[in-house]
Amino acid sequence: MSHLLPLALKSAWNRRYTLGLTLIAIALSVTLLLGIERVRQDARDSFAQAVSGTDLVVGARSSPLQLLLYAVFRIGEASNNMGWDSAQTLAAHPAVAWTIPLSLGDSHRGFPVLGTTPAYFEHFRYGDKQLLRLAQGKPFVGLFDVVLGAEVAASLGYKLGDRITLTHGMQESMAEHGDKPFSVVGILARTGTPVDRTLHIGLEAMEAIHLDWQGGAPIPGFAIPPELVKKFNLSPKSVTAVLIGLNTRAGVFAMQRYVAGYRAEPLMAVLPGVALSQLWELMAVAERALLAISALVVVVSFAGLVAVVLAGLGERRRELAILRANGARPRDLFALLAFEGGAVTLAGAAVGTLLLTALTALLGPWLQAQYGLGLKLAPPSWQELEMLGWVILAGTLASLLPGHRAYRLSLADGLTPRV
Amino acid sequence: MPQPVLSLENLLFRWPDQVAACLDIERFEVAADEQVFIHGESGSGKSTLLNLIAGVLMPLQGNIVALGQPLTALSAAARDRFRVDHIGLIFQQFNLIPYLSVLDNVLLPCRFSRRRAERAGDIRQAAATLLRHLDLDENLWQRPATQLSVGQQQRVAAARALIGRPEIVIADEPTSALDAARQAAFLALLRRECAAANATLLFVSHDLRLAEGFVRRVEMGQINRMPL
Repeated sequence: MSHLLPLALKSAWNRRYTLGLTLIAIALSVTLLLGIERVRQDARDSFAQAVSGTDLVVGARSSPLQLLLYAVFRIGEASNNMGWDSAQTLAAHPAVAWTIPLSLGDSHRGFPVLGTTPAYFEHFRYGDKQLLRLAQGKPFVGLFDVVLGAEVAASLGYKLGDRITLTHGMQESMAEHGDKPFSVVGILARTGTPVDRTLHIGLEAMEAIHLDWQGGAPIPGFAIPPELVKKFNLSPKSVTAVLIGLNTRAGVFAMQRYVAGYRAEPLMAVLPGVALSQLWELMAVAERALLAISALVVVVSFAGLVAVVLAGLGERRRELAILRANGARPRDLFALLAFEGGAVTLAGAAVGTLLLTALTALLGPWLQAQYGLGLKLAPPSWQELEMLGWVILAGTLASLLPGHRAYRLSLADGLTPRV
Repeated sequence: MPQPVLSLENLLFRWPDQVAACLDIERFEVAADEQVFIHGESGSGKSTLLNLIAGVLMPLQGNIVALGQPLTALSAAARDRFRVDHIGLIFQQFNLIPYLSVLDNVLLPCRFSRRRAERAGDIRQAAATLLRHLDLDENLWQRPATQLSVGQQQRVAAARALIGRPEIVIADEPTSALDAARQAAFLALLRRECAAANATLLFVSHDLRLAEGFVRRVEMGQINRMPL
């Protein structure tokens, strides 16, 4: 067989343009297949990264998934609020180590504004149980202080000391809290989670900017200037959700039952991992459809490969006869053709993987900024290697077809091809 | 008479998709070192005969014995091996692999046959010697085969048929793509080199003018009892 290898390589080089195009088609299809798999995997990872060390997310009773998506990922429909007194009762529960109240609803140039307490900077963890870190400045202290997520600061070009106003609701066209500007006192280090896209203010500030509002609009003829708001009671009346850390994780189900049976108002407690796996179940159908489509694209590229090699075979009958006259057995010619297809597949898979790596390196930061999707620049995972294995196997099997054809032709033609 | 290099006996061949046999040869023998001119019009079964002698086709009946080896007793793979070990082949035209250099084309049989490589000794040296004998200038050797003229290509094919000194050289209309002057020159070179290598030459052509100088001439019509 060793004498066939240089022959196969020289023959392939002789047809490098058609084979090269086929190789590119295979490479692109492999990039698509692996890319979808990687986005799927990394999307899951970045979701899972967004909240860690939080045992329960408590909110008004609704869909667990909706609560988690809104409270932690700032995606989807706003859920009902829960009473502040309930939040305080939970915080005082003996099993509870810490609570972080979250109050959402306002925005700034499309980025969500989160009202919370200083506990957020002490207890909120993401990724591998990492605490938030301030890249610049300090947590909010004064009433109209705001701490920016890394992405907010980077994309809007804000720095410490800048003054910004918040918008009521999530659309930019909605009414401004223009009379009560905030000053930037801190900017968080990048986390790769929704925190990067969030502006953080105190719960009291959230209350203060809504003092002279009612039903989503300023009360006409009734404005309270910022200097005077401190004279009012600024303790919040309700919050969107409360993140809870327990003293021991073992108490999580007992706590969940306690919340579910809470008398004063209908509440629920969600385990973030459980809600996320519900999300994956929902997504699985779409993911499988995407994977199936990209697998089909791979199959199409192999059909192209087989077509190109088979079409070339017609012109190569003379070549096969010469090889036959000089000692090549039909099975050598089979091997020659099958090797060619297999090698193109292998090279296509390798180029496709490299292409994906290059795209990840080039587009990764942009995807992170635009969609908060953290693509990892990592060597292929086991799943990806397994997929590559299937791709290469399928390509090699497809290449047996031209190999078989060459075998049959060489038997039929002998030394004198009837072309 | 010494043992013949090639002996065909009671040979019957029929294409699978045909009813009538196309070759029916009672006896045909070729002695060692003989140079035989086989004459036949196209369709007279020449190519079929060559494919049988080269072990590519198998007869319906009868024996083909080459160098004392009954080809009919060999497996298909063994016949492929036997062919490259003992037979050099030259065809009408397009003898060369287009993507290989002249030198690599000549060396092709040595890649597939250890016997040919061993008999050639230093294979590159042997190829060089043959190419020089066949008037192929050294600056052509590394060129792709397709850059050569038809006449040059046929001489490269002759060098390839002769490398590693196979006992039998079969040339199937090797000059039909050449003009008359070059035909004679090519034939003379081929015969000289076959003689030098002690190779038996079977030269097949429809062109009787080329038969001049061959001691033995055979008509396909004489040996093939099948009416055309």
